[in-house]
Amino acid sequence: MMGICGVSLPLFIVIYVIAQGLPAINWDFFTSEPAGGLSGDGGISSVIITTLWLVGATLVVTVPLGIGAAIYLAEYARDTWRTEIVRRGVELLAGIPSIVFGLFGLAIFVQVFDLGLSIISGSLTLACLLLPFMIRSTEEAMRSVPRSHREASLALGATRWQMVRSVVLPSALPGIITGIILCAGGAVAESACLYVVMGGSAEMPGTPLDGGRSLAVHIFYLINETNALDKAMATGAVLMVFVLVLNIATRFLSWQYRARVGGKK
Amino acid sequence: MVRKRYDSSLGALQDDVLVMGSMVEKSIERSMEALKERNLKLAERVVADDCKVNDKRFDIEEKCISLIATQQPVADDLRLIVAVLNIITDLERIGDHARGIASIALMIGDESPVKPLIDLPRMAQKTCEMLRHSLDAFIQHDANLARRICAEDDEVDHLYDQVFRELLSFMAEDPQTITRATRLIWVAHNLERAADRITNICERVVFVVTGKMEEISASCY
Amino acid sequence: MKMKISTKDLDFYYGDVQALRNISLDIKEGQITALIGPSGCGKSTFLRVLNRMNDTVPKTRCRGQVLLDGKDINYNGTDCVELRKRVGMVFQQPNPFPKSIFENVAYGPKILGMRNKEQLREIVQKSLRAVALWDEVKDNLDKSGLALSGGQQQRLCIARVLAVEPEVLLMDEPCSALDPIATLKIEDLMQELKEEYTIVIVTHNMQQAARVSQWTCFFLMGELVEYGPTSRIFTNPEDQRTKDYISGRFG
Repeated sequence: MMGICGVSLPLFIVIYVIAQGLPAINWDFFTSEPAGGLSGDGGISSVIITTLWLVGATLVVTVPLGIGAAIYLAEYARDTWRTEIVRRGVELLAGIPSIVFGLFGLAIFVQVFDLGLSIISGSLTLACLLLPFMIRSTEEAMRSVPRSHREASLALGATRWQMVRSVVLPSALPGIITGIILCAGGAVAESACLYVVMGGSAEMPGTPLDGGRSLAVHIFYLINETNALDKAMATGAVLMVFVLVLNIATRFLSWQYRARVGGKK
Repeated sequence: MVRKRYDSSLGALQDDVLVMGSMVEKSIERSMEALKERNLKLAERVVADDCKVNDKRFDIEEKCISLIATQQPVADDLRLIVAVLNIITDLERIGDHARGIASIALMIGDESPVKPLIDLPRMAQKTCEMLRHSLDAFIQHDANLARRICAEDDEVDHLYDQVFRELLSFMAEDPQTITRATRLIWVAHNLERAADRITNICERVVFVVTGKMEEISASCY
Repeated sequence: MKMKISTKDLDFYYGDVQALRNISLDIKEGQITALIGPSGCGKSTFLRVLNRMNDTVPKTRCRGQVLLDGKDINYNGTDCVELRKRVGMVFQQPNPFPKSIFENVAYGPKILGMRNKEQLREIVQKSLRAVALWDEVKDNLDKSGLALSGGQQQRLCIARVLAVEPEVLLMDEPCSALDPIATLKIEDLMQELKEEYTIVIVTHNMQQAARVSQWTCFFLMGELVEYGPTSRIFTNPEDQRTKDYISGRFG
């Protein structure tokens, strides 16, 4: 009974939004910029581009930092109280509400670093938000590599870094990629903290220092400032398709990983 | 083929048995020659060489024990090793009989013979033949050959009867010959016992091949 | 006979627990030495001291000398990477990397810097031949190492170690995860390898130790109780504890 409810509710939401938004979706919707202001006319072309830039920049910052930190924590850090503090810190960060990151981003990136309300400020803010998740998922992927592989590598005369590079990382790669995709999903899903640091420009961004709206933020603006509920639903539908695609990609990759490593035994 | 080293150990063990067999065969031949030719030096050598036969036996025995402890032999291999342990005991006893003949040759020394030695050399020759064939049967794992050799023991027993009767009649006619004749009877006895030992060896060969201990010899000395 | 490895008064601790007491033992070159004893007696720990694999376990201490060709390897300045090239290890569970067969065997030479493709191919072929696996896999070198059977995987792991051309092979219960036929094949392989390598094998299977080794060491509760030629240990051991263990009267 609960199972049926659990499945049918989200399914209903998805279908409802897509159904409501479908009428507004046409070629024009994707190719014209939103008019901004109170009208709600136009499409979401600039919004899509902004979203893509945002996700790209976020990943560029988050992925190397996240993987690097995870490598350190999983392979190099010894079990001291210092390492415990770092781990607790990471867990703590994961629990902080995203709007607080938005405030942080506003204070530091927008004002102190003088990056202004821009896509870069948005990416850096998102990086802070998503870093704990990246670290955690990478570390988990690395920990799932069996100890026997590490030992075999070391016993052949590999240094620690060679072992990490040639055995652990390749084996953990599918898990790491899953983490990256989830990060991207997280970036796309954020609304409140981006509203605070990215400005609300509806125009096509020229440089990363320009402001903009991501899909989620655009929905927010449409609902609050305009009457174009249909456009909002349509944007919502696009957003959900986006997330759905990311989800499917994640599942596909985990299935592939399991088949490659586990199924062939 | 797995267990190459083990297989070659088993092969080497069988070769060792052949070596010991040929040592013993030479002892019988030489002891009989020493007796016939009154070659006291040769007789002394046979007596001295007996300890080499004993050493060889202990060497083979140690190898058997080591193989059992370290290779966990089963089935044919186990029967083979157990047979070897028994065969070398028999060979060692045959070697003792050869030494016995050599000792008698030394005791007789230069005495004039009671009669020309004809049957005794024939017995020795037959015994050596039986020994050679029994070891062939062992190496070839030929149970039928082994059984046939046992039948040849009858011939040796027959010769023993002949020698015994003949020497008895000598002793009856001339009491002066009793000492010398008795010694020759002992020689015949040694050869007859040696031939019996060889039938034991043949029984062991049949055991290796069939897994059953058969009493083959028909005569009852 | 030349001593390849000698330990003198070796003590080993996991934290506060002493796992090895005063072990003084010689491993002879070109021979197979077996370490036997009940579970937890320290034989695997001792094996791992010989290539400093215990260094990967936190909170361990190792005192005493471990001489490889006369030089002590048990001090802080030892280059463990160098050491492990000379002293290779095969583990209990076959653990090929999730890479192709070729990549598995070429792994060692590659991380040591070999880049020449021709040379790598040669070494892979030589190593796979040495473990009697070449004919079985030569047409499938790109197949995943994990697609082989258990016995083949273990031989692959041995080939992987041989590819770095070590001098000593440490084998930690290499056959315990394999079926009897695969086990006998590995034992035969060890007989062939001993011509070129010094082999130390830990095994809880006494019959295997008896079949395969020339020297046997009996460990009990962290101590070395007795060691000597295998045929003597199994036919006429000196220590009562050894007698009891070998004849299964332990418990």
